[in-house]
Amino acid sequence: MSLKTFSRGGVHPPEHKLSAGNAIEVLAPPEIVVIPISQHLGAPSKVIVARGDQVKVGQLIARSEGFVSTNIHSSVSGKVLKVDRFMDSSGYRKMAVQIQVEGDQWVETIDRSDDLVRNTVLTSEDIRKKILDAGIVGLGGATFPSHVKLMVPGGKRAEYLLVNGVECEPYLTSDHALMMERSEELLSGIQILMKGLGVEKAILGIENNKPDAIDKMKKVVEGSAVRVQGLKVKYPQGGEKQLVQALLKREVPSGGLPIDVGVVVFNVGTAYAAYEAVMKNRPLIDRIVSVTGKSMEKPSNFQVRIGTPISLLVEKAGGLPDNTSKVINGGPMMGKALSTLDAPVVKGSSGILLIGDEEARRKEVKPCIRCTKCVNVCPMGLEPYLLMTLSEKGLFERMESEKVMDCIECGSCSYTCPSSRPLLDYIRLGKAEVGKIMRARRAV
Amino acid sequence: MNKFIVSPSPHAYSEESVPRLMYGVIISLLPVLGVSVFYFGIGMIIVTTVSILSCILFEYLIQKYVMKVKPTHLDGSALLTGLLLAFCLPANIPFWIVMIGALAAVGIGKMTFGGLGNNIFNPALVGRVFLFISFPVAMTAWPEPGQWMQYTDALTGATPLGLMKEGLATKTVSEIMPDVPIFLNLFMGKMMGSAGEVSALALLIGMIYMMYRKIISWHIPLTILGTVFIFTGILWLVNPDRFADPLFHLLTGGLMLGAIYMATDYVTSPMTGKGMVIYGVGIGIVTVLIRIFGAYPEGVQFAILIFNGFTPLINKYVKPKRFGKEVANG
Amino acid sequence: MSQIILFTIVTLVAIGAAAAIILYFVAQKFKVFEDPRIDEVEEALPAANCGGCGFPGCRNFAETLVKSDSWDDLFCPVGGNETMAKAAAILGKEAIEQAPRVAVIRCNGTPEFRPRYNVYDGAPTCAIAHSLSTGEGGCPHGCLGLADCVVVCNFDAIHMDPVTDLPVVIDDKCTACGACVEACPRDIIELRKKNKKDRKIFVSCINEEKGGVAKKNCSVACIGCSKCFQVCPHEAITMENNLAFIDSDKCKLCRKCVIVCPTNAIHELHFPPRKTDKTEPAEAETK
Repeated sequence: MSLKTFSRGGVHPPEHKLSAGNAIEVLAPPEIVVIPISQHLGAPSKVIVARGDQVKVGQLIARSEGFVSTNIHSSVSGKVLKVDRFMDSSGYRKMAVQIQVEGDQWVETIDRSDDLVRNTVLTSEDIRKKILDAGIVGLGGATFPSHVKLMVPGGKRAEYLLVNGVECEPYLTSDHALMMERSEELLSGIQILMKGLGVEKAILGIENNKPDAIDKMKKVVEGSAVRVQGLKVKYPQGGEKQLVQALLKREVPSGGLPIDVGVVVFNVGTAYAAYEAVMKNRPLIDRIVSVTGKSMEKPSNFQVRIGTPISLLVEKAGGLPDNTSKVINGGPMMGKALSTLDAPVVKGSSGILLIGDEEARRKEVKPCIRCTKCVNVCPMGLEPYLLMTLSEKGLFERMESEKVMDCIECGSCSYTCPSSRPLLDYIRLGKAEVGKIMRARRAV
Repeated sequence: MNKFIVSPSPHAYSEESVPRLMYGVIISLLPVLGVSVFYFGIGMIIVTTVSILSCILFEYLIQKYVMKVKPTHLDGSALLTGLLLAFCLPANIPFWIVMIGALAAVGIGKMTFGGLGNNIFNPALVGRVFLFISFPVAMTAWPEPGQWMQYTDALTGATPLGLMKEGLATKTVSEIMPDVPIFLNLFMGKMMGSAGEVSALALLIGMIYMMYRKIISWHIPLTILGTVFIFTGILWLVNPDRFADPLFHLLTGGLMLGAIYMATDYVTSPMTGKGMVIYGVGIGIVTVLIRIFGAYPEGVQFAILIFNGFTPLINKYVKPKRFGKEVANG
Repeated sequence: MSQIILFTIVTLVAIGAAAAIILYFVAQKFKVFEDPRIDEVEEALPAANCGGCGFPGCRNFAETLVKSDSWDDLFCPVGGNETMAKAAAILGKEAIEQAPRVAVIRCNGTPEFRPRYNVYDGAPTCAIAHSLSTGEGGCPHGCLGLADCVVVCNFDAIHMDPVTDLPVVIDDKCTACGACVEACPRDIIELRKKNKKDRKIFVSCINEEKGGVAKKNCSVACIGCSKCFQVCPHEAITMENNLAFIDSDKCKLCRKCVIVCPTNAIHELHFPPRKTDKTEPAEAETK
């Protein structure tokens, strides 16, 4: 099969897929969980439990507030200790529900068996409702409420469902493990999403550094309307705009969404969660997290309850290596550096990466030598060197006309720069300021 | 407990660095250096050494005492400027002139603009043109190849381009050509000329190495050489008596050195492929215009400096192809 | 030879004269009428072009002064009452007197009081560090120490103290233009009323966390205990969001609140030493 790829830019960071091939290990619930009420894009959910309440696994503890929002469920059974601010991976203390774990009692309607359940008779509308009820969000990291994505806005038509099995970030292997071990359920999940969206065609894109996953999924999808497409290994192939372009040769317009070209993209994790939600009545209460790093004793793929402290995951993976200088929630290119291991695992935590002293520090910043490498690697056709200079000087209106809002924050520019300039830092600052300007303009 | 380091993403960094790029270019210049020492002997060694050491020294002194910033003289860029400057000079030029050229190159061409990354004009070319205008006699007396032990007392003569320019006043091309070295010698470098410009072969080897290391792209060198080839080709086809053939133009003068090493200088060339092509075509056209219709036999140094001046304008209007069309309702 | 020189001189003089005459008439014909008072007012302004008045440049402010009837919201913080009086005299208008103000840094989170538990390695600007985490210490309202306020000051009135990692305002140079206030992403800097002898009393903390959490992050944080509020005889203190705020316009500098604060969050600067044994809070002295 010929491999496809996206046409512009991209870099090749070393893959380090240390935890690849390791079977998913289901972790028992910890002693205390902290479940933040904002684990998704959009409005934070409204807490409906209070201190002292007893909750079961899968019980609703926070309700969707507004159109772009979703539900949050307890991932453990026990007593609510506090509803207060707790440190999370944003680096700030945010509202969360802290629960003391007692036993492992689940809500009765959840089907906990391992049986594969196929072929739903539910309508698209029912499917969307079940996905909202289950609190499903995009598990690739963006955490956009999935039921909203399944609703095609008026005037637009959905033609394709694209499933993102790319996992282009180095080190991360949670999607890989999912595709190898839960392939049949994944296919069912994709079919459910197709029904929910109202499309007849779906393509599952997998990067070529996972040939076993490509082979496995190809066998599983035979006879179905889902097609598997191998993709060349290039970062950021997993970015949704790059995925749409590689698989269908369509370019999502600037400022637009994939639905503008008739496409909706979902991560494989989200598709699997959709299967569990619709077929097993199981809300989103856990996810697969890769815990990895060059000095880790046991790089692993854990199935973890939402709200588990990251320190517990590190312990189960062999303990914190002595030379650890950086802990990242996510992958090395787009992940968030943590200031403490007390932060909880949330819906968007695809991996925990531990980096040692030698690699943790940035190099000394030198002046821009105008080598054009950042321009060549930018997948969105922007000019990072120029955007950084404009941001440093506060020329934010000009940044808007230089299309800074198209930036997907993939980090290819900062990765490549020979002068180690903090390009993405300043570009992100510029995006925030331009966002303020745009909102002020709309308010007028 | 460990104090964690917290910084914004990305948390991975490539192996690229400024010294790696600069030393990569310097390595690609080793064939050229070898050939020029082979042809021009001790003169070349003295000129090159003086040029490199002066450039590094002046960069250090200016950064430390005038600009009062941390000196970066060892990052490879001063060395490269020194090397390229030496390649533009005749191998018999007195060392004190070389030092003046180094001061002009680093001091005027680079430091007055604010140091690495801020200059508009190629520093080595600024040095060279400065010397060319200040010391016209010394800068146009080219030693004959093969005089290994001669330095300032080397026998000199005109470059093939010089011969062509002067000769065309009274003779036709075919009458001048017997005085010009045969094409093999032009290609290998056995001719009068500045140390770096003579050997097209060595320069091409350097270019291939740099392209393999992804230090430069094909856009600038191939566009410049292609434009010169086409432009002189057209002229030659129109009147082969008045205009020398395109291969002659490609192999003589500083065109190859300029196209491969001077015009491709990162700081002074455009930031996009399209921009680089515009830049390259412009340099090619102006080079030929000066060579054919201008007062000087060689035009590439002026053409490059002129288009260095255009680079900010090119960068302003030529943008890379953006991903995705503009949405109408923005 | 001399004929050529003579001819050259005459021609050039003639061209120069012709150009001068043409330019004069063109300048007159296309002259934009500007109220000459704008120039006069501009002369009176300090020419700092800092934007502290809220207008882009002193000239623009001068135009606004001439054109506006009401000067209610118009004030030049750099020139102060003296300048406004001069401008008022030129235009025959009423200048409103405003109490002079000065920038005050309301954070005392030195490494001694607010322990640092991580290391920041991003681009060295507060704006970027602020979006990343609470900073190297745990307080989400604490000073990040990356000197965005220092960079933006036009009057050289603010510097970083390398020992305390906090900015220090030089009262004599500060013109209260507000540039540092805007630059700080955490709103730590406040323009407060300038008292004689540069005396100040202010709550050197802006955190809104509950007392227990605030104290854990920083030992000199305001914990919202309200002791100062209870003791103030002039109703200058308000409590909101676990934070005490002293209104500098109402404060009479009686110093009663400073003594009762259990965490030394309230600072008194440039006062004579007391006869009680309460130690002066350790803070960055203004030079």
